[in-house]
Amino acid sequence: MVNTKSQRVAYGETLVRLAAENPKIVDLEADLCKSTMGILFEKAYPERFFEMGIAEANMVSVAAGLSLTGKIPFAASFAVFVSGRAYDQIRTSVCIPALNVKLCGSSAGLSDFGDGSTHQCLEDIALMRVLPNMHVFVPADAVQTAQIVEYMADNHGPMYIRLDRNELPIVTTEPFIPGKIYELHEGSDIAVFACGVMVSKALEAASILKEKGISMAVYNTPSIKPINEDAVAEAGKKVKAVITAEDHSMYGGLGSLICEIFCRHGVGKKVKMIAVPDKFGTSAEDYETLLTYYGLTADAIVNSALELLR
Amino acid sequence: MQEKDYQKLEEKAKQIRHDIVDMVGGSGKAGHLGGSCSSADLVAALYFYKMKVNPENPDDPNRDRFLLSKGHAALVQYAALAELNYFDKSEIYNVKTLKSMLQGHPDRTKTPGIEANTGSLGQGLSIGVGIALGLKMDNSKSRVYVIMGDGELAEGQIWEAATAASNYKLDNLVGIVDANGVQATGPIKERFDVGDLIRKWEAFGWHVIDIDGHNMREICDALDEAETIKGRPTLIHARTVKGKGVHFAEGQAAFHNAGLTQEQYEQAHRDIDNN
Repeated sequence: MVNTKSQRVAYGETLVRLAAENPKIVDLEADLCKSTMGILFEKAYPERFFEMGIAEANMVSVAAGLSLTGKIPFAASFAVFVSGRAYDQIRTSVCIPALNVKLCGSSAGLSDFGDGSTHQCLEDIALMRVLPNMHVFVPADAVQTAQIVEYMADNHGPMYIRLDRNELPIVTTEPFIPGKIYELHEGSDIAVFACGVMVSKALEAASILKEKGISMAVYNTPSIKPINEDAVAEAGKKVKAVITAEDHSMYGGLGSLICEIFCRHGVGKKVKMIAVPDKFGTSAEDYETLLTYYGLTADAIVNSALELLR
Repeated sequence: MQEKDYQKLEEKAKQIRHDIVDMVGGSGKAGHLGGSCSSADLVAALYFYKMKVNPENPDDPNRDRFLLSKGHAALVQYAALAELNYFDKSEIYNVKTLKSMLQGHPDRTKTPGIEANTGSLGQGLSIGVGIALGLKMDNSKSRVYVIMGDGELAEGQIWEAATAASNYKLDNLVGIVDANGVQATGPIKERFDVGDLIRKWEAFGWHVIDIDGHNMREICDALDEAETIKGRPTLIHARTVKGKGVHFAEGQAAFHNAGLTQEQYEQAHRDIDNN
């Protein structure tokens, strides 16, 4: 049995743990702390918890102000609201002066399956990674979430963490290092770069392909920005073709990033992107149904690999 | 305060206006003359009367904080900072040129004495709320002052911040509306009426003081009164004139962000002297 845990529970638990030793950590929420699990922080440290109401733009600029007094603010909401509604606040209040503000985009991608297109955020990686000074992290599981939250608290600068709403298999073991890509499964024919929920799908696909005699490397890429470009290029050069997999729009996310790096480094390999096509989300009865509807599955990775190697 | 102190503050405001005109210059280069001049008396009273400032150590933790939410009026703050020697006064002639420490809008990473990056309108009050919350956590006696434009109050984020400030009883926060009545494209009443601002701020839980924003005694009295108000933030509604002091620009949207001819430049200095 594979262990599973939700990233958002790891987020809340880790903030509480870190806050015990670091009195500078404060938590801001926009009436979604029961979902983001900031509620754990509110219970533990009510004097350092700020309910900012359903007003994300204000929340982000207030976080900027708190950082100017030496606090380490973590501001959380659904990814669609924190990255979209507060975009110019993130840009001007936070990123231009490179303030020490930590943003949590929770229930990202299709993971808020029931709520439909208004709440499913397929654009946040693109929006956040284009901002100078911003760091963008997409953990593959709850273990990596805890490591990244700790990194965010300990290191200066604007940072965005993208979290899935649902329980995900624990697939990581190594310590988190910003920029690093993690080869979770070795392979020589083809490689897949994946982030978030798609990392476990990619591992599943690698097992299926192994039975078919195809060797696929699986790279977990939790650090979208910064990223070790040389490592990505090297990984691309070693194989015949590459797949990218993410619960995000096909524009501007991990797939785009890998292609940009391949172009800059002259890797010259064909890339197949597994991502949500140029569409908004929709409601579904569960996460797996929705991921399948948009083709974000282990089978899709397997079929892409077979097609690329044909 | 003594009567002569008001005169001294008025002289400071006059100097600030001269510096604003110098920063705009007479070569036709665009500059935010109108909104800078309307704030000049408010800014003079803050920097030369009310606020604890430490130009030798701009990061002094005991300083009061000033945020110019209407960041396009940066020239008025640059003039005050230069007068206090936060940087060499000759810097003002490099304003808005490549590699200058004085950007078109306030930038804390480039200019000593600037607290935040403002000018994308509506964000300064929220940043002030965050600073005020942080200062309260630290039991600091420092206070936070935020100047907003009345045109800027069309931004919804201002009212999010206003609600947050009263929720958290931020009596260390003072908002000042430079109500000059004119936005970039014309009179606010005609272009996009922001309504009864006094009743609005009162409804949001603020203590409101309505003053003539060019009367130094009223400005200083209001800043003093704000310090006595406990349990809620204070809003000073300062009735002002856009372009105040430069007669041909007064009340004119045309000088929101416009260049001056050499002739207008010289006239502007004469107007300020004769005010």
